[in-house]
Amino acid sequence: MTKRVAVIVFPGSNCEQDAVLALRYLGADPHYVFHRDTNLAGFDAVVVPGGFSYGDYLRTGAIAAFSPVMESIRDFAVTGGPVVGICNGFQILCEAGLLPGALRRNAGLKFRCLPVDIRVETNETPFTRMSVQGDVLEVPINHFEGNYYCDKGTLQQLEDEDRIVFRYVNNPNGALADIAGIVSAGRNVLGMMPHPERAVDPAVGGTDGQVIFSSMLAGSLA
Amino acid sequence: MTLTADEFERIKVILGREPNEAELAMYSVMWSEHCSYKSSRIHLKNLPSHGPHVLVGPGEGAGVIRVDDIAVAIRLESHNHPSFVEPVQGAATGIGGVVRDVLSMGARPIALLDPLRFGPLPTEGRVEPEVAERNRFLVEGVVSGISSYGNCLGIPTVGGEVTFEDCYSGNPLVNVMCIGVASIDAIRSATAEGPGNKVLLLGSKTGRDGIGGVSVLASATFDEAAADKRPSVQVGDPFTEKLLIEACLEMMQAGLAVGVQDLGGAGLCCATSETAAKASTGMNIDLDQVPRREPNMQPFELLTSESQERMLVIVAPANVGAALAICEKWELNASVIGEVTDTGQLVVTQNGMVVADVPAASLGDGPLYDRPATKPAWIDVLQDEDVTSHPPTEMGKALLELISSPNIASKHWVWEQYDHQVMLGTVVKPGVDAAVLRLPGAKSRLAVTTDANARFCFLDPYLGAKHCVAEAYRNISALGATPVAITNCLNFGSPEREEVMWQFIEAVKAIGEACLVLGTPVTGGNVSFYNETGTTAIYPTPVIGMVGVLAEGIEPRPMGFMNEGDVVVCIGHTEAELGGSEYARTLLGKVAGRIPALDLGLEVARADVVRAAIAKGILSSCHDISEGGLAVALVEACVFAGKGATIHPENHLAAHEWLFSETASRYLVSLKEKDLDALGEVEMTVLGKVEGDTLVIEGILEVTVDELAGCYRDAFAKAMGYHAR
Repeated sequence: MTKRVAVIVFPGSNCEQDAVLALRYLGADPHYVFHRDTNLAGFDAVVVPGGFSYGDYLRTGAIAAFSPVMESIRDFAVTGGPVVGICNGFQILCEAGLLPGALRRNAGLKFRCLPVDIRVETNETPFTRMSVQGDVLEVPINHFEGNYYCDKGTLQQLEDEDRIVFRYVNNPNGALADIAGIVSAGRNVLGMMPHPERAVDPAVGGTDGQVIFSSMLAGSLA
Repeated sequence: MTLTADEFERIKVILGREPNEAELAMYSVMWSEHCSYKSSRIHLKNLPSHGPHVLVGPGEGAGVIRVDDIAVAIRLESHNHPSFVEPVQGAATGIGGVVRDVLSMGARPIALLDPLRFGPLPTEGRVEPEVAERNRFLVEGVVSGISSYGNCLGIPTVGGEVTFEDCYSGNPLVNVMCIGVASIDAIRSATAEGPGNKVLLLGSKTGRDGIGGVSVLASATFDEAAADKRPSVQVGDPFTEKLLIEACLEMMQAGLAVGVQDLGGAGLCCATSETAAKASTGMNIDLDQVPRREPNMQPFELLTSESQERMLVIVAPANVGAALAICEKWELNASVIGEVTDTGQLVVTQNGMVVADVPAASLGDGPLYDRPATKPAWIDVLQDEDVTSHPPTEMGKALLELISSPNIASKHWVWEQYDHQVMLGTVVKPGVDAAVLRLPGAKSRLAVTTDANARFCFLDPYLGAKHCVAEAYRNISALGATPVAITNCLNFGSPEREEVMWQFIEAVKAIGEACLVLGTPVTGGNVSFYNETGTTAIYPTPVIGMVGVLAEGIEPRPMGFMNEGDVVVCIGHTEAELGGSEYARTLLGKVAGRIPALDLGLEVARADVVRAAIAKGILSSCHDISEGGLAVALVEACVFAGKGATIHPENHLAAHEWLFSETASRYLVSLKEKDLDALGEVEMTVLGKVEGDTLVIEGILEVTVDELAGCYRDAFAKAMGYHAR
């Protein structure tokens, strides 16, 4: 059955069209959900796309985290629905408390847009179940604030609970423990800085990002 | 304010009385060089502007061409002076302006390109250390401004140039090109049709920033007090710009907008008078309804402020509610500030009092000058200088020095700070001859490039400007696409100097002739005069923005060698033409000599051969040969995929002439030997083979691809003071 996916749009989002294109390419049925809407009924998954919600003013993701739709996403996640936050989406999920930690400015204090290699650290998530642990995926990054940080206890917990999903092979931004993506304790909320939607259509950026969406679309978390 | 006594008299005739303060300010900005093109109009009118692809030619917010069944808008603008005064905000707001120009045509902006020119960096040792340090600071600031503004908008920056010449130390060039797409019936002219229709002002509040920017900054040269002009630079808010894009497109798609015009140079005064003049209507504007950032703003300030991120939208009375609802959805300020009338007058009121009442069309109908022009005496002297009889002692070392020049070295340090992928349309990414974009709604793809060889134009404005068009044509053709149109940004010194005016006239004439032969009509352009500090003008720098169509089914080839064993071929014939070359500049420290000849007929014939070969799928790689000559093209082809080559030298020329001459109309391609005959009738030389991990030019030089790559890839970051990543 075709999966219905909600792609959230905040003022300043700019990767929502790309997420929709990528999801359609993979056979899903994506729909834009404006941030003031609160109805996520009937959706099988939620994508919080990248961009500059509210212009990154105050802090990246800080204002979007208080949008009406975030409560609905929280409820959706509590019931086990898969949620993926990409780039600014990751930052928003951290600000909203759906994921631990924060994204700081890149160590080099420069915006970086380039393909990077990330290693799949666990395939026991709804987003990597179709990949193999140790697989290396080439997926573009595109951020100024992608330098993941959390306190020692949280890092220990992420490691102990096998919640670090992706690590950079060559760390491009100074992220703690090379972290490129993590999941929530329930394993159904993924935040990642690289843009898998940019690595779905071979005409524009390779296909290594497909496995992440395909895994998500393959079924609900058992 | 910069009106002359004659111009003031003319205003008195138009009004039948003396203008008041607000009116004087309005004429002053609208009749500035930047807004009125008063020194350039009589020359620009001769440019060819018609062609099978052209839907909208010069005179609108952007030119529009047809590709398959959709419309593509193109526009190239300058933001040179603001970027020198305040590089981050200057570059950022330059993007904002060109994006709104494209938006005003009804098109969604889908790509940006940034042709940038600066004075030399510290590592080059060409200028005083403090000057070089300031140049470095400007590069850092401009790139960061483009990065922060363009990336936030979600419009990919897919190309451009970054080049360095001594003349830009006192006046860098920050140009920006925007591409937009729309369905053909969505393309609109920015007009205020229909008396009774309401005038909406959308976006940011109006402040005291950028007052008189077009006259204070863009239409005057710099002196020591440049920093004092900082209040004339606007501050950008890309978030509001992004909301403006979405809200305006939503209004246009819903059929709510009669006309849409951006507020750029000369602000509200320009947007209201232009839209009214185009529709032969008038307009009443109530300044009390203009949302503002600070109290007590005078009428002339509200009318000429260049506060960014504002659009004017003309809406039928019945649709005002729906239009405002869209603004509310996007959390955007919007207010009804006036009404279209049938009087032909632009009438501005504040506190119920009329503060300005002028014929709307008269503001755009500025003076026209045919300024005197004289050929500069130094041209012949420089052309006669010898740049050929100084071969380097060691050719390998010379090559490494050349590819480490900030002009030649890879600019990935720059374009990796730009989001060049968003919108999932970038098929060919930055760092090669031209970018290739998918177009939503079309099967063909768009190839796009910007190009200017300012050294050539300095030494010979006429032939040099032809080279600018031809090189852009070659860039597009190297990707297999057919060039169909250009836009341009003509950056020159002060038109009040006869030598500059001569350069301008020669260049415009040449562009027109080249575009006619190459089949690329001029869809619009921008003139940026007064690019000089003190008495030093920049090199004449006509930047050409060219677009081409890549038909469905044709796959562009990479610029680098891909397959071991392929033969390496130079299409075209190399002459001893080192005049104006990167070799002469970087290794001899000379900008001199006679620049290469150019035969536009040959240019077309060879491009046809290259395009046909790409369409047939027989080329493994294709790269145009330009700055740095054959040697640099070989390095770039080797470094691209890490493959070496063995090359047999041609011996009709001295080695350095053969390697570094910038002879026109040449391509470096690689292909299977068996396919050589399929290339067809064309002058070419088989140079050697793709093989190994070293570039071997027999008897001349041998350098490993690793070493070449190290220099080529890291030199720019090092010159910027960063350690290579």
